[in-house]
Amino acid sequence: MTMRLATFGAALLATTALTVSAASAETLRWARASEALTLDPHSQNEGPTTTLMHQIYEPLIVRNMEGGLEPGLATSWEPSSSDPNVWVFQIREGVTFHEGQAFDAEDVVFSLNRALSEASDFKELLTGVTEVRAAGDFTVEVVTDGPNPLLPNNLTNIMMLDAGWAAENNTEEVQDYAAGEDTYAARNANGTGPFVLQSRTADVETVMTQNPDYWGIGEFPMDITEIIFTPIQNPATRVAALLTGEVDFIQDVPVQDLERVDGADGIGLATAPQNRVIFFGMNVGDEDLTLDNVEGANPFADVRVRRAMDIAINREAIQQVVMRGQSAPAGVISPPPVNGWTPELDEYPAYDVEAARALMEEAGYGDGFSVQLDCPNDRYINDEAICQAVVGMLAQIGIDVNLSALPRAQHFPLISNFETDFYMLGWGVPTYDAEYIFNFLYHTQTENRGSWNGTRYSNPEMDEMIASLTSNTDLDARNGTIAALFEMAEEEVIYLPVHNQVLNWGISDAWSTVVDADDQVKFKYFELN
Amino acid sequence: MTDLSDNTVQAGRARSRLAMAWDSDLAYSFRRSPVAMISGLVTALLILSAVFAPLIAPHDPFNPGTLNLMNGFTPPSEANMFTGDSFWLGTDDQGRDVFSTILFGLRISLFVGFAAVALAMVIGITLGLVAGYIGGLTETVIMRVADVQLTFPSILVAMLIFGIAKGITPPEYRDQMAIWVLILAIGLSDWVQFARVVRGATLVEKSKEYVAAARLIGRSPVAIMLRHILPNVLSPVLVIATISLALAIIAEATLSFLGVGAPPTEPSLGTLIRIGQGFLFSGEWWILFFPAMTLLALALSVNLLGDWLRDALNPRLR
Repeated sequence: MTMRLATFGAALLATTALTVSAASAETLRWARASEALTLDPHSQNEGPTTTLMHQIYEPLIVRNMEGGLEPGLATSWEPSSSDPNVWVFQIREGVTFHEGQAFDAEDVVFSLNRALSEASDFKELLTGVTEVRAAGDFTVEVVTDGPNPLLPNNLTNIMMLDAGWAAENNTEEVQDYAAGEDTYAARNANGTGPFVLQSRTADVETVMTQNPDYWGIGEFPMDITEIIFTPIQNPATRVAALLTGEVDFIQDVPVQDLERVDGADGIGLATAPQNRVIFFGMNVGDEDLTLDNVEGANPFADVRVRRAMDIAINREAIQQVVMRGQSAPAGVISPPPVNGWTPELDEYPAYDVEAARALMEEAGYGDGFSVQLDCPNDRYINDEAICQAVVGMLAQIGIDVNLSALPRAQHFPLISNFETDFYMLGWGVPTYDAEYIFNFLYHTQTENRGSWNGTRYSNPEMDEMIASLTSNTDLDARNGTIAALFEMAEEEVIYLPVHNQVLNWGISDAWSTVVDADDQVKFKYFELN
Repeated sequence: MTDLSDNTVQAGRARSRLAMAWDSDLAYSFRRSPVAMISGLVTALLILSAVFAPLIAPHDPFNPGTLNLMNGFTPPSEANMFTGDSFWLGTDDQGRDVFSTILFGLRISLFVGFAAVALAMVIGITLGLVAGYIGGLTETVIMRVADVQLTFPSILVAMLIFGIAKGITPPEYRDQMAIWVLILAIGLSDWVQFARVVRGATLVEKSKEYVAAARLIGRSPVAIMLRHILPNVLSPVLVIATISLALAIIAEATLSFLGVGAPPTEPSLGTLIRIGQGFLFSGEWWILFFPAMTLLALALSVNLLGDWLRDALNPRLR
């Protein structure tokens, strides 16, 4: 009897020990403030969405956590020897999708064309692409309207889908997120990536497990067997979850809690400057604004008003108080690692309320005006607090700002649908080249460019210069154009830069990783200590 | 009829009314209960400081133009390291004086509380009177609706109403409307208590002789309900109103804490607690602590007053 009991106890102990190690050692519980907006990988070119997509889907070329380009689903790529307007990609063989379909050149052709379609949010990355064609089962040729030396840099976030799966589920078209469309691909995922989607309740929990057939097993650490992703918007709750061990990794430690997380046992803090600039955009194009108190005129159309606002923002105070030093005040809509950025461009104007008031007076708004500011409250570090601080600063030059803070799922459509006159936005540059900034943010909103330009700004001369960037092979001349573009942009002040963010990742000591400046975690690189 | 223009008569009557009030059972019970006196004092103090907030508060927290961001996170009664300014209860993340913000926040909380209870009372009393007096199908419909509403937690009902109201107000008015929507949401989620009590009391009063007499002389049902029955069912209503006030203040704080109430630029106590909660771990305790204590003092004292009133008006407990 005692024997039996002892054996039973030992067996029980053994099973418990087993389950514990299996469940806690290799499961990574991940939290961040924001949830992915959709599972359609071409619908929203937006940080948290793309980050989740990178675990399930894969692009042809991957940027690793150090920022270098690595082969993804393409094993090699080079310009065609016969035609300078063609890039040739060799596609990885023997790759299957999570549901078992084989991956081949047809899928690449389908996916790139899908990313080029009008509802796609990634089309700006493929401007100049005129044709994508398969040349054999595992070779793809991408034709551009001129030589495009930087094309491979633009492919790192463009995910590959299975053509057959999309056709079968009637989800070949890209989900139109801003119009509120819902599709099969927005709720289901079938990629080639390191992790397979198991279950997902939006805003609650997303579970992914390791893909046993992943081509990169053996090539990457792949120490994680299961990822449980929970969005936790409230900063205090998020940090408490990390401190109590409820989650292993949070991507955004609130700036007020850095010391506490750093000092906690078993938790490490990893910090790096982020490739992301935070700024305000204004409706400079419309004749009149809807949400202001000025009839028949648009105060933002006057560059003097914009300049006044630019110098009324006390960037250093925001850095010291709101960000607690965790930011770098900015003078240009470009993070420093981007080609085209210079320290001179990034010099921000001195804070000068008197001069700002004088400019307002000169523009005929000495008595000020009122306007609504739309701000996200779950996307950028202390986004709402920054907006509130700016409301106070603008009040000092007579601009009465009515702040409306919304979750980003409601905020971002306001920008793409031209439903806001004054808004906050942040921009990271995955291509590390300024063309990405001009294509999305400064070009007139057209079929294939300017989709995040909520300012209604339209300057044909600038548009022409932007379009020339795509196929300019003379890199010096191209950089000259970029410099000229930045000069025009500085002159026009259609955006008010605030700062570049600093990343603060909090991670359990059980895991090690390098901090990705793009804030794009790729869990296949995580290593168990 | 008495000559109303006679001042001496009026003054005499006023004096005697005051004396009567002082000698009444209610006042006697109030004077005998230290809890009631203390909570009455605290409530009166809080209401007065809310009413006179613009005179008392050293800063205007609702005028963003007067804020200096560099004053942010100043600890209570310490000098700010950049500006050298000092604030009695410290400042929040935006450099707002916590003491002034509490005073102004208290205004919003109390205003929403009173207005929501008034709304709930009007709806509840009307429906209760109608249900109790008319009876039949009308009564069944009203009381079943009330029963259904009771099965939802009232905060959920309030959030639902808030969500719908916010959805149908045009965005440019949303912030100005936030307070009124809040009142509507809490008021509509809270009328059931009033309706139930008034209906019960009406059923009792309805069968009394004075109602039968009023009916006999041909008074209209509306007049009977308002002039005869209503004054006799008011004392339980008063008790519920007091307790509801405390609940409404807490409901407002909860909604604002959840981020669906008063906007952050014009914070109520709940909004202040929500803001302060973010800095709980980082040592800036005063942003949360003082508004929370104010809310506690307010809700507790109003609640204790309600408790005392209930006991004082209950003949069986005398």
